[in-house]
Amino acid sequence: MSPAMSIVRRIQTWLFILLLVASAAMGVVLWQLRERAHQRLLAGQDSAPTQAPVVSPEERATLMVANDADSSMQPRELTLDDGSRARVILGKLLDLYALPDATHPVPGGAASIGQVFLLPAENLNGSPAASAPARNAGPAEASIAAARGVSVANSGAGQKNTAAAAQDGGPELAVVNLSSAFVASHPSGIEAETLTVLSICATLHANLPRVTQVRFLVDGQARDTLAGHADLTRTYLASDAMPTEGTNP
Amino acid sequence: MLDRLAIRSFCNQVVSGAVAAAFIVAAAGLKPGCLIAQETAPAQQPIPAPPAAPRPATLPAAPRFVVVLDAAHGGDDGGGKFGSLLEKDLTLALSVRLRSLLAARGIAVVTTRESDASVVPERRAEIANHAAARACLSIHATQTGSGVHMFVSSLPPQDPARIAAWKTAQSAWVTRSLALEGVLNSALLQAGMNVTLGRTALSSLDSMVCPAVAFEFAPAGGQKGEKPATSLDDPAYQAQLAEALAAGLLAWQAEARQP
Repeated sequence: MSPAMSIVRRIQTWLFILLLVASAAMGVVLWQLRERAHQRLLAGQDSAPTQAPVVSPEERATLMVANDADSSMQPRELTLDDGSRARVILGKLLDLYALPDATHPVPGGAASIGQVFLLPAENLNGSPAASAPARNAGPAEASIAAARGVSVANSGAGQKNTAAAAQDGGPELAVVNLSSAFVASHPSGIEAETLTVLSICATLHANLPRVTQVRFLVDGQARDTLAGHADLTRTYLASDAMPTEGTNP
Repeated sequence: MLDRLAIRSFCNQVVSGAVAAAFIVAAAGLKPGCLIAQETAPAQQPIPAPPAAPRPATLPAAPRFVVVLDAAHGGDDGGGKFGSLLEKDLTLALSVRLRSLLAARGIAVVTTRESDASVVPERRAEIANHAAARACLSIHATQTGSGVHMFVSSLPPQDPARIAAWKTAQSAWVTRSLALEGVLNSALLQAGMNVTLGRTALSSLDSMVCPAVAFEFAPAGGQKGEKPATSLDDPAYQAQLAEALAAGLLAWQAEARQP
């Protein structure tokens, strides 16, 4: 046997041993992966039946329906299958007013409510050093700034912001953005306009008790009056709008 | 012939008395256009009163009872539009009518507008506040509802501050405003009106420092979807409203005189 042949045979031997060790190691790894997958499968099978399907409870809403005849507001129950979102509730309220035989006829319906923004309420007599962006500006600018701040993220993260603010449990300011078409077609008169404003405030407060203050915007802008009378530049206290025993506000 | 001369001299005296009174009023810094100073006493008395005893001379001793009538809207701001009627015209008509009735009863009246002029809410409150009025009546008209709606500012009652801020100045007067509303309500009910009372947020009302009530009249009748019995511009209806309001303001004057 030539020396060259012996070197080749030695290399072949070492290569064989190396491949044998590699295949053994791969077998061990494969076995471990299989065991791990098996464990995972077992764990998944165990947990699967423990989560029962959740059926969300049907939510009820209360509409405070205004009546021009005796200047009163009466509560009316409403069943909602879509949660207690303020916009939906106010839309239902305005749908009632758009009906031909409405006690407080106002054309427009649900489309009149652009958005309803819920923000942590500022203290009306509070200090100017408050942290919310809406607090350092004047009342009119504050509502716009506040509304814009939330509207940027309204579809996504804004909901979380709103939800986070709501989870604080503190009082909330609702900024109701009305459409200009609704305002333009609203009947003029102190009684009619005041009842619309109070009806919206009371409906919000009845369904979202944390809403203590309500402000109004029209197409995202501050406006002096609803239809020539009711002042839209002020912050309405929702608790003041609640009728006592369903009579005059 | 003697009788005619006597009547002529009597008329001259009355006219000169009225002219003298007007000069004194103007000299006192009051706006003659806004103030309806009543000089009806000399014309009613059979004995001609000497011209040198005008009532405004005694003003500083006893504060006068001044009523401010604020006819809402005007000029570019038409207010509500009810068919061919505009709210600004209806409110002015009632304001003028009520002003005449009050003047005939010896009550000094200040109006925020006498014509179809545009007056901003702040100016209305300014006029009322400068007049140091005992009663301010903001007159509105509407087509919704029926009868008369009266509103007092929905601001929470507060103690008067040293400096009253715009838009919240009325809060120091809410209690008095409610009292005025009660007196007017009694008078209107006595006149057979259908009255509803409420609270509201009106920027001009909220800035007034006087007992202030927003008075809104709707067509009378028209209950349960009937056709309204009266039109808003019906002279008889407006006269009835003005008479009832004048009676109410006279009762308020009587109440204010009591200690």
